[in-house]
Amino acid sequence: MKEGARMIARRNRMIPALFILPSLLFLGIFIYIPLVQNFYNSFFDFSVFSPTKEYVGFSAFQQLLGDKVVMTALINNIKYAIISVIFQVAFALILATILEDKLFRRIAPMLRVIYFIPVMISISVIALLFNFIYNPQMGLLNSFLELVGLGNLAVPWLGNATTSIYAVIAMSQWQSIGFITMLFIVAIQKIPKELYEAANIDGAGKIRQFFSITIPQVKEALFVNMLITITGSMLVFNEPYILTNGGPGTSSMTLSVYMYQQGFFKDNMGYGSAVATLIFVVTAIFALIQIKVSGTGKDE
Amino acid sequence: MTKTNENIKSDLLARDQERTKERSAKGVKAARKTSLSTKVSKNMILLGLLLFAFVILYPLFWMVVSSLKSYDEIYNNVWGLPSVWHFENYATAWSMGISGYFINSLLVTVVTIVLVVIIGSMAAFTLSRYKSRWIDVALIFTIGGIMMNPQVALIPLFEMLTWMDLINTHWALILTYVAYRLPLTIILIRAFFLSIPRELEESAIIDGCSEFGIYARIYLPLSVPIIVTTIVLTAYFAWNEFMFATVFIDSDVLKTIPSGLMNFRDALRTDWGVLLAGMVIATIPMVVLLIFLQRYLVRGLSEGSVKG
Repeated sequence: MKEGARMIARRNRMIPALFILPSLLFLGIFIYIPLVQNFYNSFFDFSVFSPTKEYVGFSAFQQLLGDKVVMTALINNIKYAIISVIFQVAFALILATILEDKLFRRIAPMLRVIYFIPVMISISVIALLFNFIYNPQMGLLNSFLELVGLGNLAVPWLGNATTSIYAVIAMSQWQSIGFITMLFIVAIQKIPKELYEAANIDGAGKIRQFFSITIPQVKEALFVNMLITITGSMLVFNEPYILTNGGPGTSSMTLSVYMYQQGFFKDNMGYGSAVATLIFVVTAIFALIQIKVSGTGKDE
Repeated sequence: MTKTNENIKSDLLARDQERTKERSAKGVKAARKTSLSTKVSKNMILLGLLLFAFVILYPLFWMVVSSLKSYDEIYNNVWGLPSVWHFENYATAWSMGISGYFINSLLVTVVTIVLVVIIGSMAAFTLSRYKSRWIDVALIFTIGGIMMNPQVALIPLFEMLTWMDLINTHWALILTYVAYRLPLTIILIRAFFLSIPRELEESAIIDGCSEFGIYARIYLPLSVPIIVTTIVLTAYFAWNEFMFATVFIDSDVLKTIPSGLMNFRDALRTDWGVLLAGMVIATIPMVVLLIFLQRYLVRGLSEGSVKG
């Protein structure tokens, strides 16, 4: 009897370890080691196909501080983050609240799916499609502007250094609003209905209910969605890479695109790694700020 | 969390009963006054919702319609329907390379899903059923994985995969996709596992069920909704992932749809109808997935994040 119990206990200790081992290996090898390796690489000068790395100390980081393109990229990433928070967090929360309102119960399920469709579509399809939309000769956007008599506003959106980054950002909003909206809908559905019923009886209006019930109740989702959106913006690669490749010039450069260009095109793998380290630090700072700011609400 | 909600609820209910008495007289008047203004604002908001739906749908509609046009018509008749419907654009796109990309994407996506579900659910089983210092460390290790991003790992992963001789193979994508999907998957499934009542497994243990049996015969069957969610989320990620697919795969015959489409565009130059047909083909599987599994997606998302 005692022997049997010990057997089970020992078996119980082996099984959990065996069950979790594969995932720890995957995470260790493909997520954590590369992260450490990246820090290490930042101190060396090397190229893709040469196995030798030359130690250069902090010189890549010194170069980083004086690099105007890094500054442009960082500012573009910040613009990306600000605009995305407005549209994908603030607007999406309002949208989700409206869709969950009893008034739109009939049409909401259909709208929810429609808004979510772009989320499911590959970024390369979306980017190729927006190439057609922004096309200066036959593009939908300029054709539309001419159609409604605003032809003088038409510009080559992607070919113009002042508009290129905004054209890229606009495409991201179009694609991603549905995603965050869906996350907010899920959060709103978990709010006890009694809260709204009680507020109704107290005579609180829809807007009052939004601020006094919805927002406090979805605070955690708000925090998570904001974190997702801001870090996503600081990391953005696909959209600018496909639409403009950072151009014209470096006007729509983002940190990730610059990292890729340095590493794989200019073959400065070491400098590319330093840019990647900067990206890591920036996203980590934003994550810490977010946790600090919203931390008080998280302890309940 | 639920306890505080209970408290709020009962507080509010008690308050309700008091208020209903004093309210009945003046409430009726107020209700009549708001109904007209709500009707107007309801229609305004509805208009806004439909306008937004139109902004989302029209470009996609345009993509489908234009995929059936010739180059001349796409260029000169942006808004109209095709005068001749060029259905052969689809056959051309398929035979000119999309079929290969499609099959590659399918392969990579399916293998990734299988590995993520098996490895992820096993880890979630351990993390939800056992408590020790090591389990806590493993949990933090897993959650920390969510914060790590592929961009920062791009250059080291390229080096590592080259060293492993896996660069320019489908494994380069499958292994990295699995790794980056695991943290979220484990956390979603773990939250679901935590909600499974312990009584179920206790009776199974009494019946002589092994640990593996509890995992395979109790936890997995009960977790179908969250596993379907995992499948949908992973399929969506693997089908659409662009950066790794572009950097790790060089040869055209191995490319998946997202990176293959870029080659496709360069090869076609001005054959826009065929390019658009290829884009539509690339899109169809995911939209079908959304329409049929939407319920699972939303339900799983909500249930998975209960105790995230």
